[in-house]
Amino acid sequence: MKPASALSFYTLIVLLLLAGITLILQRHWVYEVPLFHGETQTVWSVEALVEFEAGNQPVKVSMARPADQEGFTLLRQSGASPGYGLHFIDGPDPRAEWTIRSARGVQQLYFQVDVLESDMADSQLVAPPPLTEPDWQEPYEIAIQRLTRESWEASADNFSFARELIKRLTEEESPQHILLLKRAYNGRLPALLAEILNYSSVHAAVVYGLELEDRRRRQLLTPLLRVWDGDDSKVFRLDEMKDESLLASEEPKPLLLWEQRGASVLDVIGGENSRIRFSMLRREESTYSALNDSLPLQSSLLNFSIHSLPVAEQAMFKTILLLPVGALVVCLLRILVGIRTSGTFMPVLIAIAFMQTSLGTGIVGFILVVAAGLIVRGYLSRLNLLLVARISAVIISVIAIISLFSVLSYKLGLTEGLKVMFFPMVILAWTIERMSILWEEEGGREVMIQGGGSLVTAVLAYGAMQHPLVQHLTFNFMGVQFIVLALVLLLGSYTGYRLFELRRFAVLKR
Amino acid sequence: MNGLIAPWTLAQAGMLGINRRNRKYIGQYNPRSLFPLVDDKRKTRTTLSEAGIPMADLIGVIDEQSQVKRIADLVDGHQGFAIKPAKGSGGKGILIITHKDGEHWVKASGARISRQDLVRHVSNILSGLYSLGGAADVALVESLIHQAPHFNDYTVEGVPDIRVIVCRGYPVMAMVRLSTHASDGKANLHQGAVGVGIDIATGVALAAVQHGQPLSHHPDTNKPLGALTIPDWEALLVMAARCYDVTGLGYLGIDIVVDRDHGPLLLELNARPGLAIQLANNAGLLPRLRRLDALSAADTRLTPEARVARSREWFADQSVFDQAIQTRVQLTE
Repeated sequence: MKPASALSFYTLIVLLLLAGITLILQRHWVYEVPLFHGETQTVWSVEALVEFEAGNQPVKVSMARPADQEGFTLLRQSGASPGYGLHFIDGPDPRAEWTIRSARGVQQLYFQVDVLESDMADSQLVAPPPLTEPDWQEPYEIAIQRLTRESWEASADNFSFARELIKRLTEEESPQHILLLKRAYNGRLPALLAEILNYSSVHAAVVYGLELEDRRRRQLLTPLLRVWDGDDSKVFRLDEMKDESLLASEEPKPLLLWEQRGASVLDVIGGENSRIRFSMLRREESTYSALNDSLPLQSSLLNFSIHSLPVAEQAMFKTILLLPVGALVVCLLRILVGIRTSGTFMPVLIAIAFMQTSLGTGIVGFILVVAAGLIVRGYLSRLNLLLVARISAVIISVIAIISLFSVLSYKLGLTEGLKVMFFPMVILAWTIERMSILWEEEGGREVMIQGGGSLVTAVLAYGAMQHPLVQHLTFNFMGVQFIVLALVLLLGSYTGYRLFELRRFAVLKR
Repeated sequence: MNGLIAPWTLAQAGMLGINRRNRKYIGQYNPRSLFPLVDDKRKTRTTLSEAGIPMADLIGVIDEQSQVKRIADLVDGHQGFAIKPAKGSGGKGILIITHKDGEHWVKASGARISRQDLVRHVSNILSGLYSLGGAADVALVESLIHQAPHFNDYTVEGVPDIRVIVCRGYPVMAMVRLSTHASDGKANLHQGAVGVGIDIATGVALAAVQHGQPLSHHPDTNKPLGALTIPDWEALLVMAARCYDVTGLGYLGIDIVVDRDHGPLLLELNARPGLAIQLANNAGLLPRLRRLDALSAADTRLTPEARVARSREWFADQSVFDQAIQTRVQLTE
């Protein structure tokens, strides 16, 4: 292999840097994406994917779509589906309607909406839906009447009436008549509540909301109860009241109401097995471009960015685009410092797991799982097994250990512990196997050095990848990838001493 | 703790760092396509035997899991033997048996192992436990090397081996690795073996380190390391230099043992030799390597004997032991 000349190498570096800087500036100037995090507003891109099987006949799909609401302003919406006619229906129940004369096989329809998170409290008034007449069977009717009476007496207005009903229906220990209802309406509590409220002449409906969390894919809508008092209305989350302990440890996620008035979310005529899934992504946009309708520009062919992809793919890319930063950290630590790790890029994968679990939980979980794994592996090594079977056994043990920790921590009320399941288990099993061999051959000290090195590298990579500015830059500016590549190439040509060598060779000082 | 040394001081001493070794020397002189030759000891064996370079006798090769039970029959009748993974690195997975005691085998450390342990070890080797990336491997069984009497005072439990760095066919630097109790009989520096730098010109000890710290006497036998001399030095260097002609690798670490009965035997080749040899010699590799970088292609095609003669002239060095003795003499005066 003939080494390339130094000139062409540095030309390549300069070209990469120039390309990177040009792309960054282009995105900054043309698309007005801010260089720094903070001077921005949060925009959520939510994509609904409707799937169904068409049977070679005319198809009509009607889907509820969100409107301006408290906390969110609608910026832009679009639908994609080859061959279909698409029509947006406005009014109190905004819907999107797709129609086609004939379709066959599995159909996929996309609807994307960008909403701006805003504090503006101009809550849009939503007219109450008409009252409905319930149709209850004995013995439920008597139980419902009793429950209604009790709640009515303990409340002052429509909202407190609804709250009382929810409280009684979600309590851990309930009297006989409520137990009967809970069993019959298991999983359909919002519907039951809406029926009870309507029966008492209170306007109420089951509406559907979407919990917004960055980089989530294949999410479902959450049924919620909406209660009206005149034109005023309130949304109740049933799970909030039930699992207060579980949610207390987390920040409440923003909730976007996809459907606001009790209409159906999805109606498909001419197809079967329909379902709807949501992907979402958080973006920071400058105030100007967020309010400006720049969607046509974003999707142009000249736009060198992944922002023209569907939201589900973008969400995946947001994590993938952070990997080069992690790899750069590994390069720095290995080439300039000389830290030894167990597995070259294992620390980056651990760092990604830390991003899901939060740092403290991640480190404690990692040490616990690896330590427990080493003990199990110690026993396995005495069984005289073949390598592949032994590693498989370690993988199974790691899964068992992780399950055990999850259950234990949940029982102890430490919901943070549940997050250990985000660890890449196969990687962990290999780490355990390698460390165990290292222990047998080189002793515990080397295991501590490499294990510690891996952990330090993982924490530093986590620090870099978790930084809001880094996340903002890598996702919004493709040019950053070119610059990272140039830096990695430069590091690869470094022939100076490593920091650890300055200590290793320090004996020469005499 | 030694503290830190300034990078420019290191550069002045001509110390070679890992980054430069990897990029400049391994990357430039060792073509990737030749690596399998040294990474697979079975191939190394075939190639070197064809070239007439002496190695320890091969008792047998076990290359299938179904054959692992055969190991006991294979070694039957051999007093001592060594089992090695063909693709192992850094001495990993090497099991040395000195003799048999009833139903058990005795390791160099004195520990006894059963037939089952032996079979398990071979099975582990085949499944790739010691090979790079866990690739399937084969186990080589070689007859035991008997230590030459010169080294009796300088080693415990294991046979010392001599590492020679050969760059473009010229021996550059050498050291002998002496096993200690701390290293569990292994001649591995980072496991606590003593590294003694050897003068390329004379085969006499220059300086010594253990755990990266200089020392003057063997920690277990307490013999002065300055008196250590390698027998058959010129023959040994010529053997090392010939490995360049056979393999074509321009930056090579060559491990040689001196056998009581057979003289110098080649143990293994290493395409990524470590840097601790500089500490053992109390000298940096860079000035010597630069001298060799400047050589023409014709210079690398000289006979091994001619190259060794040049190396011995160019790379002669001063023993720090002599300096220490001189200082001591001055002090007593």
